[in-house]
Amino acid sequence: MKISDPIKFTQPTLTQAPEVPGQVPLAFEFKLLKHRLSAGFPSPAADYAEDGLDLNDYLVRHKAATFMFTVKGDSMIGASIEEGDKVVVDRSLRPRHNDIVVAVVDAEYTIKRLYKHRGQVELRPENPNYQPTVFKDGAELEVWGVVVGVVRRYPARG
Amino acid sequence: MGCCCRGGQAIPGPGLAVTDVPQFALVDVNNFYVSCERVFQPRLEDVPMVVLSNNDGCAVARSNEVKALGVKMGTPWFKMKDLARQHGILAFSSNYTLYGDMSNRVVSILRDFSPDMEVYSIDESFLRIEAVAHLYGSILAMGQQIRGRIRQWTGLPVCVGVGPTKTLSKLANHMAKKNPVFDGVCDLYALSRTERGQWMSQIEVGEVWGVGRRINQRLAAMGIETVLDLRNASPKTIRTQFGVVMERTCEELRGNSCLELEDVAPPKKQIMSSRSFGAAVECIEELQESVATYVERAAEKLRRQGSEAGAVYVFVETNRFKAHEPQYSRGLTTPLPVPSDDTRILIQAALRGLKTIFRSDYRYKKAGIMLTLLSDKGTRQATLFDEPEKTARSTRLMAAVDAANREFGRSTLHSAATGSTQRWAMRSENRSPCYTTRWDELPGVK
Repeated sequence: MKISDPIKFTQPTLTQAPEVPGQVPLAFEFKLLKHRLSAGFPSPAADYAEDGLDLNDYLVRHKAATFMFTVKGDSMIGASIEEGDKVVVDRSLRPRHNDIVVAVVDAEYTIKRLYKHRGQVELRPENPNYQPTVFKDGAELEVWGVVVGVVRRYPARG
Repeated sequence: MGCCCRGGQAIPGPGLAVTDVPQFALVDVNNFYVSCERVFQPRLEDVPMVVLSNNDGCAVARSNEVKALGVKMGTPWFKMKDLARQHGILAFSSNYTLYGDMSNRVVSILRDFSPDMEVYSIDESFLRIEAVAHLYGSILAMGQQIRGRIRQWTGLPVCVGVGPTKTLSKLANHMAKKNPVFDGVCDLYALSRTERGQWMSQIEVGEVWGVGRRINQRLAAMGIETVLDLRNASPKTIRTQFGVVMERTCEELRGNSCLELEDVAPPKKQIMSSRSFGAAVECIEELQESVATYVERAAEKLRRQGSEAGAVYVFVETNRFKAHEPQYSRGLTTPLPVPSDDTRILIQAALRGLKTIFRSDYRYKKAGIMLTLLSDKGTRQATLFDEPEKTARSTRLMAAVDAANREFGRSTLHSAATGSTQRWAMRSENRSPCYTTRWDELPGVK
């Protein structure tokens, strides 16, 4: 739609609106003029502007391979991983000795520390009340992913 | 586009011929919906299972175990209940939130292999790989890397088919999927000419991309029963019998690339949202609720792609399959004075349309809406009826609604017109949790 006739204003809607010489401003020009105004005075801080902190950037390195789980139970309490915590799991990483991993044992997910040393493979809890799971001679351990972070939110107050 | 245009582009660089033939890879997730469910429920591995369509109607995905029992795609669940009891087949309602998220992951992994790609469907993508395959040593090695990485990163099994045309890459994918000898990756031109001919002679022509059941029958009448028969048929004859589309298919089977990658899906020109009702609906109030809900969903998509709608189409229909019931169906487009992406305005328009087309004394089976005349928000020319203040306020409100629904789950905040009981809502009795998109539905780990 074309606007050919200027719209008359009885009252300016922008108190700071710059005047267009010899003309009543068109409605759609307000935006443009305003824009030009601010462009004339670049903020001295503009060069230093950063995006702020993003927890996703901090926690997630391979987005396509990253999943989250909710922790049940206290088997990893010694590693400061508690009931209700959300753990960040990266499937793109090859599990190494001493990594905390999510593994599949008896068709259930379990979070434990991977012990893999001199041919010995174990999933070790970090709580003296639990026993490690030992994988002997050819018993296959299925690691689902490597835990790369933990997120905890305290209950809302008020 | 004319036929047989050589897709191969001159690729400068050492060791590569100037007329390098194109190489298309089709990457396809095996039993996609079933595989998505299995990633998050280890106990489902090797269990016969199906995923059902909207409304828990028909099997839209089957595990290999179920395929082996002879259950066909689209079999209604009620028809296989006996079989299910006998073999312990589990049925899941479709969880499109989960499948969509997993699909995005696969696509983003594939983009790292080749930026030249076409996302063909939720579980299939075409890649052009002739320029990058040498980085992996060979096409087969690249295919195995793709397969391995998707499996490791997402847990999903895929097959890769490669050939000099899209149609051949589809065929290669089919071969890789059906024959363990390929180990999930088939490069058709890594086979000798004779071998290729043998494989083609063993596959029914109906498996060829674009050959539907009707064409299949007519081909059979001409003695064309296998892929090889079609490959060896004269393209000119095929053209006179079936038209240019089939001629192109025929040329593609001969290795002459006629179909290019479609570029990244352009923003949708229209957005549709409709469902069949779980139970027949007769009163206008319930129709109003459902229509408002569809608009709400569609409007969210509209804003996500940064568009505005110029009109809203609304339709209702009775159940065509119940011939003894009175039948009625009608649709109506309601144009908006000013294009908008405001849920409230779009709902208003849809409900106005609904009021016009609604007739009482019918049992409605389905309703839906379509947002049409879409345009880019922001590039539109101002009109006399624009109210910039109001528009800005509406934009902020809609952004807040979308953000809340993203964080707290769909329909946390919704228009009151959508109602709160939703008796008509889709049946999805056995939907798995949204493992990857909702905080309160994450899988648990002990």
